[in-house]
Amino acid sequence: MSQKINIAPEAFEYMEKVTGAGGVEVKVNLPKEKIEKINSICDAFGNDPGELINVLHEAQHAFGYIPAEIQDIVAHNLHMPVSQVYGVVTFYTFFSMTPKGEHPVSVCTGTACYVRGAERVLEEFRKELQLEVGETTPDGRFSLNCLRCVGACGLAPVVLVGEKVYGRVSPDGVKAIIEEYKK
Amino acid sequence: MSRYKIHLLVCGGTGCHSSESNLVYEMLRDELERKGLEKDVQVIRTGCFGFCEKGPILKILPDNTFYTQVKPSDAKEIIDEHIIKGRRVYRLLYTDPETEEHVPDSKQMDFYKKQLRIALRNCGTIDPENIDESIARDAYQALGKALTEYTPSETIDLIKRSGLRGRGGAGFPTGLKWEIAAKNNADRKYVVCNADEGDPGAFMDRSILEGDPHSVLEAMAICGYCIGATKGLIYIRAEYPLAIKRLKIAIAQAQEYGLLGEHILGADFSFDVTLRYGAGAFVCGEETALIHSMEGKRGEPSNKPPFPAQSGYLGKPTNVNNVETLANIPAIILKGAEWFSSIGTERSKGTKVFALAGKINNVGLIEVPMGITLREIIYEIGGGVKNGKKFKAVQTGGPSGGCLTEKHLDTPIDYESLTAAGSMMGSGGMIVLDEDDCMVSVAKFYLGFIVDESCGKCAPCRIGNKRLHETLGKITAGKGTQDDIEKLRNLGSVIKDASLCGLGQTSPNPVLSTLDNFMEEYLEHVHDKKCRSGRCRDLLYYVISKEDCIGCMACKRVCPTHAISGEKKEAHVINQDVCIKCGACMEKCQFDAISLMNDYPRVSATAAQTITES
Repeated sequence: MSQKINIAPEAFEYMEKVTGAGGVEVKVNLPKEKIEKINSICDAFGNDPGELINVLHEAQHAFGYIPAEIQDIVAHNLHMPVSQVYGVVTFYTFFSMTPKGEHPVSVCTGTACYVRGAERVLEEFRKELQLEVGETTPDGRFSLNCLRCVGACGLAPVVLVGEKVYGRVSPDGVKAIIEEYKK
Repeated sequence: MSRYKIHLLVCGGTGCHSSESNLVYEMLRDELERKGLEKDVQVIRTGCFGFCEKGPILKILPDNTFYTQVKPSDAKEIIDEHIIKGRRVYRLLYTDPETEEHVPDSKQMDFYKKQLRIALRNCGTIDPENIDESIARDAYQALGKALTEYTPSETIDLIKRSGLRGRGGAGFPTGLKWEIAAKNNADRKYVVCNADEGDPGAFMDRSILEGDPHSVLEAMAICGYCIGATKGLIYIRAEYPLAIKRLKIAIAQAQEYGLLGEHILGADFSFDVTLRYGAGAFVCGEETALIHSMEGKRGEPSNKPPFPAQSGYLGKPTNVNNVETLANIPAIILKGAEWFSSIGTERSKGTKVFALAGKINNVGLIEVPMGITLREIIYEIGGGVKNGKKFKAVQTGGPSGGCLTEKHLDTPIDYESLTAAGSMMGSGGMIVLDEDDCMVSVAKFYLGFIVDESCGKCAPCRIGNKRLHETLGKITAGKGTQDDIEKLRNLGSVIKDASLCGLGQTSPNPVLSTLDNFMEEYLEHVHDKKCRSGRCRDLLYYVISKEDCIGCMACKRVCPTHAISGEKKEAHVINQDVCIKCGACMEKCQFDAISLMNDYPRVSATAAQTITES
């Protein structure tokens, strides 16, 4: 993480100057609309440092993930060092610095799912998608993650693909779930 | 509500929601409209009924019919048969697993018979998105009563006399907590509701917020009145979108009715509530970590004192209560301290909500009086262990708790008895384990969770738990020694004593309690290289059945390490010392003679080896 990103401007479509705390100028390699979007999110929370987590939630909602460039702008708007933003982003599992796949697969590894065999389901997904936990397929179609308890313990083991919940998943059923999204 | 003759209550909790209860709701409404019955029959989406195992649930009032596992395609039949012709749809009724008879009335179900619902009083009865239904069930009456009839100190005294203790885990007396916050003078104070329910397998707080959000808002306002705060914050997990949505609706409705905001009910008291979102960190359930997270920082705990009641959110006195604790408050004020303290045991009053999950027939949410035994919970309410397996243990209190075994089945449950048994009340998660579960693996699972969730601020928790997890990994891989067992115990007690916050201080509990109760399993893993449940893969062995092997030599040829010996047309034997467990033999065998076992006939194997060698 560096405060200034020194990449040749011509490499990017846009290279915007952001004026932050103490009038420091930083160059950020993001399209203009994106910068405006982040600015408007920060403004909506009054550029209050106490609202950092809410700002990051909104940013992740808008962009799908929170890359370093976005953290730069947030830090400047909220008048805090970018290290602090980075610290918060990496502390909470909800925030991600890498984009998720088009169909994010999340296997619940909460206790109830664990005792009902979630481990084997996860292993099957790893084998079928050829992914480790936290990775995205090269074509960007699938990503694999674990999560802790969605609270549908009666349906254990539970798998989420996007927002859709699959209950009582057995290792044998994994292939069929993936096939649904391959088309 | 009165103009409707029949009410259809569709469970809209997360569990049922995940199995298409929303569609059931839509289909029922469509069907009623088609039949022109929408003015006589009301369909509402309620909070959780608790009986999540058999969701989606549909309850019909006034006759209390309880339909389970209702599919959207069943809507037509329910309307045609039950509503129009007055005949119950028998195939959808709950079937008693013992008598195998249909139970038409939910009051007759074993699951509900022993329950006493105070915190969950409105879950599954009202539409949580409609404040009028809550008000019809006495919401905000307790707030009115406190504002008009009691002074703040009288209200605190009432809560103290009720004996209510914190339901988030530690069991600190709620009234006392309020009193301390009230006594600390400051220009601003805060009421915080801890809805960061991170314990996997516990979902009571979520169900209360989804099913009866107004009870929590009301209690926060009462707390604000008592301690002199005008601002309330709910710290809720971002993983609970439905609860967030319903809370937002509830706050807006309460503000509209003047039940939150300036001069509530005409009194000289103003109070408002806003939401703060968690972002997936278990440690944020700890109150100092939670406060730091609300301030937009990393959710790391800090040393106590100062306690939040002295210096909390933004350095001001802050009272932090758990969702379930708050949900009890209005009922206590309306029905009196004596009523509440008449329920439960000597030192633990009232009820507790437990989330039953794991290998149990009736997975779900239950609320029972303190002092009930584990046997009543598991066998009567929970319907016993799944698939008729043998009960082994129940893990209470999540990753900070311990396990209770058969010998604890008849202990009355309260804060003290659980602690004495080496576990804790915790949030109230109860995970039932059966004979197929390996206790060493379960301990390893919890430690894995702790390693992921440790914030890293203090060394005992950050490094110690990592070492515990590695040692457990060694044991489950069959590489453990007797020294490792000693190491687990020593390191565990150091982590307990030396960690900064509640997470670290309780994190070795799963290890220590399984060491206490299931030492024989640890010893088997270490000395016999055997896992009795067959869960530890590294302790499984490929074994050739003498009866089924015809001696075709296919496996022998394919074995990459030449571990298989035996002559043609004679039963073959695998030398376990050489076997690398690649599974090639099992794949090759056409006679299903090779299987994975958690033990192998040691003597005969050695004998067979001597024969082939000689």
